[in-house]
Amino acid sequence: MTQMTLAGAINRGLRAAMDRDEKVLLMGEDIGQLGGVFRVTDGLWKDFGPERVMDTPLAESGIVGTAIGMSMRGYRPVVEIQFDGFIFPAFDQITTQLAKMHYRSQGRIQLPVVVRVPFAGGIGGLEHHSESPEALFAHTAGLRVISPATPQDAFDMIQQAIASPDPVIFLEPKARYWDKGEVDETRVDAQLSGEDGASAGTAEMSRGRVARQGTDVTLVAYGPTVRLALQAAELAGADGTSIEVVDLRSISPLDSETVVRSAKRTGRVVIVHEAPTTYGPGAELSARVAEQAFFHLHAPVLRVGGFHAPYPGAKLEHDYLPNLDRVLDAVDRVMTH
Amino acid sequence: MEAHGPRTDEDLITLLTRTGERLAHPDFDGFAADLDAAALRRMWRDMTVVRAFDNEATSLQRQGELGVWVQSLGQEAAQIGSGHALNGNDFVFPSYREHGVALTRGVDMPEILRIFRGLQHGAWDPEAHRFHLYTLVIGAHSLHATGYAMAMDRDGMVGTGDPERDGAVICYFGDGATSQGDVSEAMVFAAVNSAPVVFFVQNNQFAISEPVTRQTRAPLAQRGAGFDIPSVRVDGNDVLACYAVTRWALERARSGGGPVLIEAFTYRMGAHTTADDPTRYRTRADESYWADRDPIARLDAYLTALGELDDDVREAVAAEAKALGRRTRETVRGWESPTSTAMFDHVYAEPHATVAAERAWFERYERSFADQGVHA
Repeated sequence: MTQMTLAGAINRGLRAAMDRDEKVLLMGEDIGQLGGVFRVTDGLWKDFGPERVMDTPLAESGIVGTAIGMSMRGYRPVVEIQFDGFIFPAFDQITTQLAKMHYRSQGRIQLPVVVRVPFAGGIGGLEHHSESPEALFAHTAGLRVISPATPQDAFDMIQQAIASPDPVIFLEPKARYWDKGEVDETRVDAQLSGEDGASAGTAEMSRGRVARQGTDVTLVAYGPTVRLALQAAELAGADGTSIEVVDLRSISPLDSETVVRSAKRTGRVVIVHEAPTTYGPGAELSARVAEQAFFHLHAPVLRVGGFHAPYPGAKLEHDYLPNLDRVLDAVDRVMTH
Repeated sequence: MEAHGPRTDEDLITLLTRTGERLAHPDFDGFAADLDAAALRRMWRDMTVVRAFDNEATSLQRQGELGVWVQSLGQEAAQIGSGHALNGNDFVFPSYREHGVALTRGVDMPEILRIFRGLQHGAWDPEAHRFHLYTLVIGAHSLHATGYAMAMDRDGMVGTGDPERDGAVICYFGDGATSQGDVSEAMVFAAVNSAPVVFFVQNNQFAISEPVTRQTRAPLAQRGAGFDIPSVRVDGNDVLACYAVTRWALERARSGGGPVLIEAFTYRMGAHTTADDPTRYRTRADESYWADRDPIARLDAYLTALGELDDDVREAVAAEAKALGRRTRETVRGWESPTSTAMFDHVYAEPHATVAAERAWFERYERSFADQGVHA
């Protein structure tokens, strides 16, 4: 076990993937000599060279579109979109080209492209630097959308995403980049080096995990809100409410099985994400819980998330984002319903 | 202004005039020198056959056998000429009207109609033909072509001097596509990476109803200069010239010279698709101007004057075209619709829980009708 930050774990994961498979390439703006604006690719340009760590022209559609062409020849491009709000120039290439090529070619063409996106807020960013667009990609068949919340998951999931034959939107909770944790570097290597490693890895990165066990309320989170959910569970526990925290890890596919299993035991579900709640992942999850666990519920499923307003200026982001008070308020409401 | 506008055809590279006279060209004669009479007859044959197929498909749409059809009528010289310049290592990224290029890549023509009958979105094995699937989002594939070319370069398929090894990419799109950001981005990526890609613009004068003057003030070939991409403007209805400039461009790209932009100045003699009505936006005079420049007629006149197109050849090709028409009709009418659950196939390469759950539900739902003796 080695202690590392979440950003450092992605960096180590990228390095391991590049060592394992010479077809793995990194593409993006400022990822080379600079090491990326968040330094996630730090040192890789020096060690792997500009042929494998490519500083691209400043054109997101161009980056994803050329990555598609390269992956048609067997490369595994890992694309960095510098910030969440800058992904939209590439929206057609991602949703209409990358997502659909396997389908429209009857499975003849696989596009194992990973699109890394530092996403979500909480860092005092300028406009377009703090958004959570995951629902737009999860709504698109053909894409997998995942987000790690811990350094261990970051290390494992980036490598599983790269090994997967499907395109993956890999959402990195930028406010958690500097969170530290212990990372076992051997397990995922054994998995991906083994027979059917890519399939095993894809299956594993598609499953959620119970991050904390509890009996009264199921609190569902992913990416940046997992730490918040665990803090809320800690505080509620002190008040005598036992909270189970589910870290979804994957938004597409959505591991509703893990959530429904938990909901059937607790009878109360609160979903926390930074994305706007309207048409957000929580809406889909809430519908599934209603469909599959309706008669087990003691209270309506509640959502705590961003509002139906553009992400505000930094002085207001802490009002916009779900925080401990809003999460605990929702917990109170499902407990007293 | 008008004289320098995008519709002027005065500065085009031409080897064969509209009446079939062979013009000399100091730069490009050499690139057509290998075209003997037999090669020219093959081009004439391909142009004739693809037009017959195109007309057959139009008829099938009118009969309700196809949902829609996209005619290539009038663009046979641009497509067959450039297609004949390709070698086996080259890889083609077509738009959706490149049926002539498909023919030169060995695609079995009726198979194209699977798309237009609504059976599936892609109808051939791109790798087997080195001919990618059609792309309907205008210009989006120009980036795929560029990325593919960058990968060929990386794979040591460029500039080795070994004709068995070297290859390039050719990407087809129309005048409308040149307004898309993706096409400009493709030129940026191709230029800075010196990617072996030839951008082949068929300027057929229209993007559905909009004349090319809605896309550009300057001739499209001028776009290349800002990217430092060498560019040529060729008579797109002259199969010899299209062959020669494409061969030049491909040889340049294969040898490591980087991207080239070709503007083939042609005319969409048919409608945009069978759902379109060109009488709403263009004149008969315009159409007859271009009818006088028919790409097949001009090669026909040239070969006939040379005494290289006799009745035996004409009859043989006519019979071949007729047979293809019959086989196309029979093939299309013989296709069965896919089973309904085929819509869930290949969404992902690895299992995906949502797709699996919806598929399982749909199968149960369909079976529920069968159980009741009702045909779903």
